[in-house]
Amino acid sequence: MQKSLVSITDYSKDEILRLLQHAEKFEQNPNQPLLEGKVVATLFFEPSTRTRLSFETAVNRLGGRIIGFSDASTSSSSKGETLKDTIKMVSNYADLIVMRHPLEGAARYASEVASVPVINAGDGANQHPTQTLLDLYSIQKTQGHLDHLNIFMVGDLKYGRTVHSLLMAMGHFNPRFHFISPDELKMPNEYKQFCDDRGIAYTEYNELNDNINTADILYMTRVQRERFTDLMEYEKVKNVYSLKNKMLDNTRPNLRVLHPLPRVTEIDEDVDTNEKAYYFQQALNGVFVRQAVITYVLGLIS
Amino acid sequence: MESKEVKMVAALRNGTVIDHIPSDKLFKVVSILHLDELPNQITIGNNLSSSKLGSKGIIKVSDKFFTDQDINKIALIAPDAKLNIIRDFEVQEKKNLRIPDSFEDIVRCGNPNCVTNHQPIVTRFYVTNHQPLTIRCHYCERMMIADEIKIK
Repeated sequence: MQKSLVSITDYSKDEILRLLQHAEKFEQNPNQPLLEGKVVATLFFEPSTRTRLSFETAVNRLGGRIIGFSDASTSSSSKGETLKDTIKMVSNYADLIVMRHPLEGAARYASEVASVPVINAGDGANQHPTQTLLDLYSIQKTQGHLDHLNIFMVGDLKYGRTVHSLLMAMGHFNPRFHFISPDELKMPNEYKQFCDDRGIAYTEYNELNDNINTADILYMTRVQRERFTDLMEYEKVKNVYSLKNKMLDNTRPNLRVLHPLPRVTEIDEDVDTNEKAYYFQQALNGVFVRQAVITYVLGLIS
Repeated sequence: MESKEVKMVAALRNGTVIDHIPSDKLFKVVSILHLDELPNQITIGNNLSSSKLGSKGIIKVSDKFFTDQDINKIALIAPDAKLNIIRDFEVQEKKNLRIPDSFEDIVRCGNPNCVTNHQPIVTRFYVTNHQPLTIRCHYCERMMIADEIKIK
């Protein structure tokens, strides 16, 4: 039975914690030849340079080899080959498939037809579990633990898959959530229901102001122009949800600002030099977490 | 009304009577069971008075016994309908419909960006809540509630 990672809900709390421990070991010693003689396929049916480079760095540091493509136009799917056939074919060549696909559910389907493990590197607006794990790793690393934290999520909480997955994963650790977004981009009911079912407290706000002073984690997301039918509204919202350095003056010393990147205007560049800015280190943590996930699904660590 | 209805049922030698279909769902049931393609004798009544529903529809199909797969489809749009299995003029079995915990190849995912709407994949859904009926796509994980559910 192969062990894919499609959705963060595939993993128990215990498995998540073990993976984070392994990630820490990879951070201490990133170059370990655990993948020697193994071939990893990175199938990117839509381009995502950041995610692909992170996975490929992880494979390289583990001594593995990489095959794949970074854009569907260079693959046979542009000739009309079904996803099933592509996955079956690649399963013959590689020991592991890392897949990014624009359609939701593509990774689950691939994991069902593949004879080797599949790691979901993003399926449309649905899941991106290694992003969630690196967010958890960053939170644990900066706060020393994951329990009972005040987590603020800011920006596009409606379409942002990273905040949805993070919310579900943090659900294991008794957090208190604060959702800051415009009305059009509020946290969907099914995720509030998820919190209600587990007795997790949350508060919703419309404005980003000194209500962040109690935050342990400030998780910023990009408000995308294409989400708005009214461009005037977008221009208004864009500036309201922009974090400036002086807004961090009265925040807790342990506060860290996270962002899945790429950022545009939602974090002012003057925040970058603040010691509370953590988004670039957060991206680096992705390599260690992916090393842990890759070796875990291949059964090389337990 | 009741006596006429009994006659309708009694007139069937072998087959299935689907009763207590809400009037506005009757032709939907006809359509999802593909009764228009069936060569069997079929009697359809609609807007009959009903003490329970106010107005109801009934479908009587000779020499046809539906599979569980078909019965599940009915449950999704008319969960309170009743099935009577008739053999040799007698009601041999009364079946209440029950929405299963999961179902395959019945519902089309309402998410246009779901992989099942783009590749030849058998759909699969899980019931996450019965009242209101809420289902989750096995693939894209999107939730759909009662009105959004589209039968294939």
